[in-house]
Amino acid sequence: MIRDGRLKVNSDWNKDLKVKFTVQDPCQLVRKSLGDPVAEDLRFVVRTVVGEENFVDMTPNRSNNYCCGGGGGFLQSGMPEARRAYGKLKFDQIMATGATYAITPCHNCHAQVHDLSEHYDGGYHTVHLWTIICLAMGILGPNERTYLGPDLAELLIPEIKEADE
Amino acid sequence: MAEEAIKISGKKKSSFIDQVKKLLPEGGNLNLCLTCGACSSGCPATGLEGMDPRKFLRMAALGMDEEILKSDWVWMCTMCQRCIYVCPMKIDIPQLIFNARRTKPRDERPKGILGSCNMALKHDTCSAMGASEEDFQFVVEDVAEEVRNTQVGWEELQAPVNKQGAMYFLNQNSREPVTEPDEMVPLWKILHLGGADWTYGTKGWAAENYCMFMADDESWKHIVEVKAKAVDDLGCKYWLNTE
Repeated sequence: MIRDGRLKVNSDWNKDLKVKFTVQDPCQLVRKSLGDPVAEDLRFVVRTVVGEENFVDMTPNRSNNYCCGGGGGFLQSGMPEARRAYGKLKFDQIMATGATYAITPCHNCHAQVHDLSEHYDGGYHTVHLWTIICLAMGILGPNERTYLGPDLAELLIPEIKEADE
Repeated sequence: MAEEAIKISGKKKSSFIDQVKKLLPEGGNLNLCLTCGACSSGCPATGLEGMDPRKFLRMAALGMDEEILKSDWVWMCTMCQRCIYVCPMKIDIPQLIFNARRTKPRDERPKGILGSCNMALKHDTCSAMGASEEDFQFVVEDVAEEVRNTQVGWEELQAPVNKQGAMYFLNQNSREPVTEPDEMVPLWKILHLGGADWTYGTKGWAAENYCMFMADDESWKHIVEVKAKAVDDLGCKYWLNTE
């Protein structure tokens, strides 16, 4: 949709803000299913919406990425201490990028990466990919910003109709 | 840190690893371990419960079934397959883990996973949070209407439910409709702008499948069949799961 112009996105909004983003390669999508080509597609989308210079990759990444610890039922297993110990590797990986936002294109990853930031006081924010795509297009509604930090919470809010309409 | 050496009896008592080998193509290469440790060095679960992937495999190979099968570590490995990815012999340790999960009596598997699986079996929605067909449809239509009425330029936004013959059948994790429904909207907007012909279904809409994680094959199969039938009944060509 981005390549054929149906989604008109760009990174102009972040040219001066220079908010840094990293991305989590979901094990299920990348290593276990479609491999490095889909990881490249993911980076194409992220770089397009946040700006090449504002994207910082984790190391290691793509098919070689570490699991965040949210998969395999771990989030529901009732073993939060073990799950967070497992996730410490992912937390350190994210912190090393210096990014203030981690984009997680997987539901399990979102829940786990978000929890890791809260638990270890990482200070980074965890967002779905679609949130940032819509933010970049100026179409992210006021109620659709739960996971944005204060720096982006008020940015590019689209027009809302008067209540008496 | 060296611990006390593991003592094994002279006669191999194993059956667990042999049973798993019978199930897997090429026996999952479970006999081919070079003990290099590449799996363990890059595994986030290494060290939890004093276990790691190489140790688990070696203990299985030594026939220490009782010791490995009683360990909670099988629920701490997420079966992410990074160990296979880095293994020079492509040994399928995650399948060994999956089959180890299955050896526990169903009622003794982790309560959270068990509860989520059981809940999903109650409705044709397959929702692990127990959301019904009516609840889901109401929430989706209510949120979509709210956006149409309040956001300028989105008067035509659709979130179709049970649209016969749509190209794409979209799944949805239960968390959004149940706890944060506004988080569904950005995806709808992207699909709208892209001109995608898509639909939700009241049956089989829930993306999650905890029965799979619980290694309950029959229930896992049931969930997948209910979802696949929902896609077929609506005559959709593609089944999208954002999970």
